[in-house]
Amino acid sequence: MNWKLYFSTSVGKKIQMALTGLFLIVFLIVHCYVNAQIFYNDNGVRFTEAAHFMGTNFLIRATEIGLFGFLILHIVQGLSLYFANNSKRPSRYAVSAGNATSKWYSRSMALLGTLILLFLVMHLYKFWAPNRWSQLSTGHELDLYAAMREEFQIMWVVGVYLFGCFSLAWHLVHGFYSAFQTLGLGMHRYKGMIKAVGVGFSIIVPLIFAAMPIAFHFHIIN
Amino acid sequence: MQHYTMNLTLKVWRQKNSKSQGAFETFQVKDISSEMSFLEMIDVLNEQLVSEGKEPIAFDHDCREGICGMCSMYINGRAHGPWHETTTCQLHMREYKNGDTIVIEPWRASAFPVIKDLAVDRTAFDRIIAAGGYISVNTGNAVDANCLPVEKQQADDAFAAATCIGCGACVAACPNASAMLFVSAKVSHLALLPQGEPERKKRVVNMISQMDTEGFGSCTNIGACEAECPKGISLENIARLNREYIGSMLSGSATGV
Ligand code: SF4
Ligand code: FES
Repeated sequence: MNWKLYFSTSVGKKIQMALTGLFLIVFLIVHCYVNAQIFYNDNGVRFTEAAHFMGTNFLIRATEIGLFGFLILHIVQGLSLYFANNSKRPSRYAVSAGNATSKWYSRSMALLGTLILLFLVMHLYKFWAPNRWSQLSTGHELDLYAAMREEFQIMWVVGVYLFGCFSLAWHLVHGFYSAFQTLGLGMHRYKGMIKAVGVGFSIIVPLIFAAMPIAFHFHIIN
Repeated sequence: MQHYTMNLTLKVWRQKNSKSQGAFETFQVKDISSEMSFLEMIDVLNEQLVSEGKEPIAFDHDCREGICGMCSMYINGRAHGPWHETTTCQLHMREYKNGDTIVIEPWRASAFPVIKDLAVDRTAFDRIIAAGGYISVNTGNAVDANCLPVEKQQADDAFAAATCIGCGACVAACPNASAMLFVSAKVSHLALLPQGEPERKKRVVNMISQMDTEGFGSCTNIGACEAECPKGISLENIARLNREYIGSMLSGSATGV
């Protein structure tokens, strides 16, 4: 069988979800690290330095194209799996097991993912897109630190960001473990460890992200 | 525990055949003993229906001791009822009390069409087995068992996977109606033994392809299957199936299969 066929069975699609998901997890770590520079509270000096590197380094920019590719693959594949799976039980149970046999977030990955996607569209529109546009048209980067400070004064923007982080956290609780299970590492020897690291990751990273709008909004950093 | 009797309301799914629309029908049963098994309670109802000149409820059963995997019933939202690692035939009426209402549905999955009432067609599982759940055995005298050393732990794990009775509770319980736990048990018990080696790389791929063709959903690692499996088949088997699949992907024949 060739690669294409291997990747197109249900297990093959699952492997696509796992690999793209793990790539997105690595991206989250980098993104979180760069943005966390604002917590030096040095008027954005270190953050701007890091953002400048990320925005201009050739390798990083090339990876960014891959990132969008993987992101789109993850979204398209995820949604198509959701609709395909949904069609496999046309006649629904009158009484369902609910939380007795599984966790709500593991059954709600498509919903959580869609919420993250909606957040992401707004997020890219506010920061990423204008910055890249300015780079293209004027050759200069925008002052993203100032942009953040300004945006996060608006209450509803902060609210949307917190909600985005919340959805991300629950999506990760299942996604992190699930990726490793899909790659075959879900044996008893590793399972506990993977679950624990996954939960830790799903709490810490979204929490650091959530702290950013809060810190700006309440002038903890300025 | 004290023996007692109870009167129950049963809401049972009735469906003429795979083409027709089904609906719930409500029945009352009286003086059910707490010592009865769930299927014996259904027997009582059926006798009552026969004596009233009505059509009895069609349901699958055979061994009534938890080994054949026929007794598919989705009881109050749970595959094989609420007891852990138990088939419907092993579920006993002491779980219920006087006045309870019990909703009984068939396994619901497009890959398991309803034959009648609670009986569903699970031959999709047979076709998955036929696609790869076998080993090649040369004819001639039986080989001395000691010629094939098998490590104890491997043998135990293979045996644990082989306890799958093909009941389909994993499919019934899975929100995606996926058959991954079943397929993983069947792939595992052969992959862990030397006898399974010759077909190893193509077995997993063929069985998965057949699973997809039959119209089962795909696994998203939710884990409801493991929670409902009457034989305690573990998700570890799905991890093993994934490893087998990746192994086949990386080093299987590119032209065969
Ligand atoms: S894996 Fe468990 S639930 Fe699924 S068919 Fe086998 S015994 Fe039944
Ligand atoms: S009737 Fe055989 S397992 Fe229940």
